[in-house]
Order: sequence, then structure tokens, then C-alpha cells
Amino acid sequence: MSMRLFVARDAGALAVGADEVALALEQNAAKRGIQIEIIRTGSRGMYWLEPLVEVATPQGRIAFGPVAEADVPSLLDALANNTPHLLRLGATEEIPWLKRQTRLTFARCGVIDPRSLDDYRAHGGYKGLERALSLGPDAILNEVTASGLRGRGGAGFPTGIKWKTVAHAKADRKFIVCNADEGDSGTFADRMIMEGDPFLVIEGMTIAGLTVGATKGYIYIRSEYPHAVEAMKAAIEAARRGGYLGDKIGGSTYSFDLEVRVGAGAYVCGEETSLLESLEGRRGIVRAKPPLPAHHGLFGKPTVINNVLSFAAVPFILAEGAKAYADFGMGRSRGTMPIQLAGNIRHGGLFETAFGVTLGELVDDIGGGTFTGRPVRAVQVGGPLGAYFPRALFDTPFDYEAFAARDGLIGHGGIVVFDDSVDMRRQARFAMEFCAIESCGKCTPCRIGSTRGVETIEKIINGERVHENLALVEDLCNTMKFGSLCALGGFTPYPVLSALKHFREDFVPAPTTLQAAE
Amino acid sequence: MTAVCEPWNETRGAEIIAEHADQEGATLVILHALQEAFGYIPEAAIPMVAQALNLSRAEVHGVFTFYHDFRHKPAGRHVLKLCRAEACQAAGGDALAAHAEAKLGVSLGNTTPDDRVTLEPIYCLGLCATAPSAMLDGRLIGRLDQKRLDALVAEAQR
Repeated sequence: MSMRLFVARDAGALAVGADEVALALEQNAAKRGIQIEIIRTGSRGMYWLEPLVEVATPQGRIAFGPVAEADVPSLLDALANNTPHLLRLGATEEIPWLKRQTRLTFARCGVIDPRSLDDYRAHGGYKGLERALSLGPDAILNEVTASGLRGRGGAGFPTGIKWKTVAHAKADRKFIVCNADEGDSGTFADRMIMEGDPFLVIEGMTIAGLTVGATKGYIYIRSEYPHAVEAMKAAIEAARRGGYLGDKIGGSTYSFDLEVRVGAGAYVCGEETSLLESLEGRRGIVRAKPPLPAHHGLFGKPTVINNVLSFAAVPFILAEGAKAYADFGMGRSRGTMPIQLAGNIRHGGLFETAFGVTLGELVDDIGGGTFTGRPVRAVQVGGPLGAYFPRALFDTPFDYEAFAARDGLIGHGGIVVFDDSVDMRRQARFAMEFCAIESCGKCTPCRIGSTRGVETIEKIINGERVHENLALVEDLCNTMKFGSLCALGGFTPYPVLSALKHFREDFVPAPTTLQAAE
Repeated sequence: MTAVCEPWNETRGAEIIAEHADQEGATLVILHALQEAFGYIPEAAIPMVAQALNLSRAEVHGVFTFYHDFRHKPAGRHVLKLCRAEACQAAGGDALAAHAEAKLGVSLGNTTPDDRVTLEPIYCLGLCATAPSAMLDGRLIGRLDQKRLDALVAEAQR
């Protein structure tokens, strides 16, 4: 009987050698006459264990990792003879890091073959769409609203309200747009789900389409994600062949089709109105709101634009009911959040859990501290526009409002860990630099402010009139925060001001005995 | 492995433009397709795109120059991209970028005088749990360290 092995095809696994390991497994097995079948899956999200090799057994999958090419011969010996192996991690589902999670959105990621529609359906795929088709638009809107789902891109706007606005808008055409321009450093959940469970995104968008009366959808994926582009295109083709996209989806009266569009390296296109401009073939210049995209979106038509993770959360909500989703979470943050642990971290990866877990638990306990073994000094939460948090704020629960109350944001759920070698002046300067590079140029606070910010922080680093320049930076941040058109200029002050506030000692030299020496 | 590009050819360019011109909002789609074929966007293609889409040259030029991806001239034979965003900074990316610049003798964003290697910054490859990361001609590399980087540079210089 042939042995079934699972190796990820996820970009994060490929970057640490998953292809080489899969090839070595094939060649070594052939040499020894061992029959194996390798299924290329998404990643389970435990990146310090990649390349992870799993083997199917009657008791479930057993995991080995991280497997290097050189480990392959001994691994095959152990598998063929059922003997112990140093890299054996036991049953995959029992690995504590995975077992502690609540995987609603990422339930299938790393488990199924992302290119197989049959595999998707065999693991509960398209149950959400089936129920949606039986409910009809009004009842779907009620479910999505009752689930408490909020936009997972960062803004946290209630998804149900957005959909309702588009559903009630009158127009000859409406659109569904998926924002897969995941540009925040420290985030990779969109990439993982597109590579590991692309039909889920398609199903979520299809449900949105039939709810609001849209027949066409676009997925705008950043060009830095070629593997995700390929995976989504393949899945769209397969869904079309299976009757899940195109005319009369799933045998219903609804029609819906999808197209992948690729970005061109502009961070600002993650901002929804800039993304719409880019989709229309123009410079990614931010639009003033109102009008909202829900009224006046792509090609001027009512448009639902949501993040990948928002669409990906919808099939569960429809399949299991709004309450099953809303039962998780805290306060106004309902359901689960796929949190991404990144940077200088020992156990980095994708950790999906109910809102409410504290930052300290995430970084120290789940993340295991730094990769370098040095003390954690700062963590940036929410990407390049998110605040830097010191250890003193590690009791902050992961929740939209709790982070806002401490002048931060959870954004798209990325946490970047820094050890004690970090120089927060450089991080503050980088925040301004990045804003200057990526500004679309439409509004002055962002376009000019970011460059003046870089110059002023540079002066502080050089020790020029430090206190006056610090006051100037704070004043400039205030202007950017309240005067910018979108979150790029508006939120760049978060990393800058948090660095100034929580890590003041990096900016102001410690008082010396110079004065006494006079 | 590096992609082999065709030299600029007006007839071929016109074919590529015509192939995509019917799509709604086709400008980026066409520019991507042109760059894939020729390795960059030749200046001569701009008025052709404008005419096909009924846009002004200025509009197409504006789109072309807005996005970091579109090249004004061909890249070197190999393109080495180093992630310069925060997660990679936290894992020692700054020192690696400086090392690569010193090894190749060019700063980020430039091509070596022998046209072999273009060294570029990239802002996030989404490999942030195995930082620092790099991309050599479309191949991804995580957990980059000086030894691996030296090997990549040597490979690119071959």
C-alpha cells in the first residue's frame, strides 16, 4: 500500500526548502522501492517547524519537522519500519501550539490539497454557500450582521452593514472586490489562506455576490505574492469547471464570476479607494470619502470591498450559524482573529484564536520570546502603521477597542517582535521614510509631512536641539493624524508617537554630569 | 534561472496590447504583460497603450511611473530582492542589506556595471515568521543569514 505524505507548497515553506524535501522524498523512496504519494498542502502555520512532513496513519496524521533534505533517508527508514525518529512531533492535531487555537477560518489550511475542489468539498467546503442559497439575501444579511464580523483588513467596520448598504443600492451593475494587497510587514494570513484554502475565499465572495446582487468580483493580489496569484487562478478555474462560478452557480438562478488582478508594488493600494483606482487602471491615488465605495465604488458602481480574511470568515458563519461565530470573542470584537507572529520570534506563524488573548500571552507564551534568545523589548502590532508596545503594556487584550484605548491598533493582526538591540529612533524614522516612499501624493500632510518627519527625526538622532525637535515631531504627527486623507498619512503617527512615548530613553540622551563639571 | 526576454518589437508590442485592451481598466494588465515579454516597459509603448485605451499619453505615463514594479530599462540578468520591512529589520535585515551592497558594490535599487545583478529592496514578501527573507529571480529564501546571502550573491554573479 502506498504511503500518503503531506508537504506544504506554501511560500513560507518553500522559502525554507519544502520543494527540495519533497523531491528528496520522491527520489529516495523510488530508489528503495517504497510506494509513496506526496500531497502538497498549504501550511499549518507553524513556520519554525517547516518544512513539516506529515504522514497519514489510521490514527490520523503524524508530523515530523523541521525536515532538511539530509534528514530524508533516515525519515523514510523510520516511516517504513515504524521506528522512532528524532524529528517526530507526534500527532499533528495534538501539537500544543496547534491544539490551543480555535481554527474557524483556517480549519482546512495545511490539511487539504488547495488545488482540489473535491478535497475542499470533502472537508465541509461549500456548505456555507448551500445554506446561503436556501436562505436568500435578506436572511444572509441577518446572519452576517448577527455574527458581529468586522472588517479584518484593519478598520474593523461591521461587514453586515457594509453588505446591507450595497444590497439596498440601486444600480445596473454591482461589484465584489477582495482586497488581497496584504502589504503590512508582519502579516501573511491572506497569503496563507489564498495558497492553502483558495476555494474558501471564492466561496465567501460568491456568498457576498448573491447577497448584494453582484455578478462580478475581482481579487486584487499584490505582485509580491506570485504563489498566491497562481493558487487563486487555479482555484477559480476549478470552481468554474465544477459549476461554482459562472452561470447558475451550484444549480441556482444566481450568476457570479471572478477575476484575479495583480498589483504593481504600491503599498497605498491596500487602502480601499486607492485599490479601486488601481483596478480601474489608474494611479493608486486615494479618493476622498464620501461617497463610500458601497455607493460609488468600482467603475462608479456600488461595491463591496472587503479583506481576504473577512470573506474567508463568511462560509463558516453561514454553514454553522451566526451564533457559533459570535460565541467567540470579547466586547464588540466577535469571533476569531488569525494572528500572525513574526519578526524576531522563536515560534512564529499563524495563530487563530478568539479575541481577548493578551499581547503578553501571544508574544512570550505562544511565540516563545525571541529567536535570538535576547529579551523582548518592543512589539509592533498592526503593520507599518501600528504602534510599538513595550512590555509594560503586555496585558492589553487582543481586541479592537482595547488597543485603540492604548493608542494602538490591531490592524490586520500582525505582531512583529524586536529584541533589546532595537534602536527605536531608527524605527520611528523608518515609519516616516516608508510613508514618504509609499505616499500617493494626494494630500499634503502625508506627502510633505512624511519627508519633514524623516528630516526632523534625523536631527534628533544627530543630537541637534533634541527637545525642540521632539516637540516639532509631535506637532507634525498631530497634523498628519488629523489632516491626512487616508490611513497611510493618518496612522504613520502611531509608530512614531508610540516610540517617543514608550521608549523616550532612546531619543533623549540620559542626563550626564556635564553641567556639574562647569 | 532567469527569465529570457524578447527585444522590443513594435508589432509584438501591439499584439500584446490588443490581447488585453478589451478588459475593463486594462492599463495595469497591459503594462504587466509588456514587462513580462520585454523585461521593461519601453518608452515607445506608452503612446501605443494610450491609443488602444483611448487615454492620453500623460495618463498612461502617470500610471507607469506611479507603481514601483514597472521598469524603465531592463534589469540585470539576475534580480536579487531583499526585504527591508519591519519584520526583517527585527531579524537583522539591515546588516544583511549593507553586506549585500558591499559585496556587489552597488546600493539598493541599482544594477552592477557588468549588468549581471540588480539589487532591489522589497517591502514584505509575507515570509515574516522566517525572517529575514529574500527573492532571487522569483525563488524565495527565508531565514537569510550572511552565509546564505553570500551563496545567493555568488549564484547571481555567475
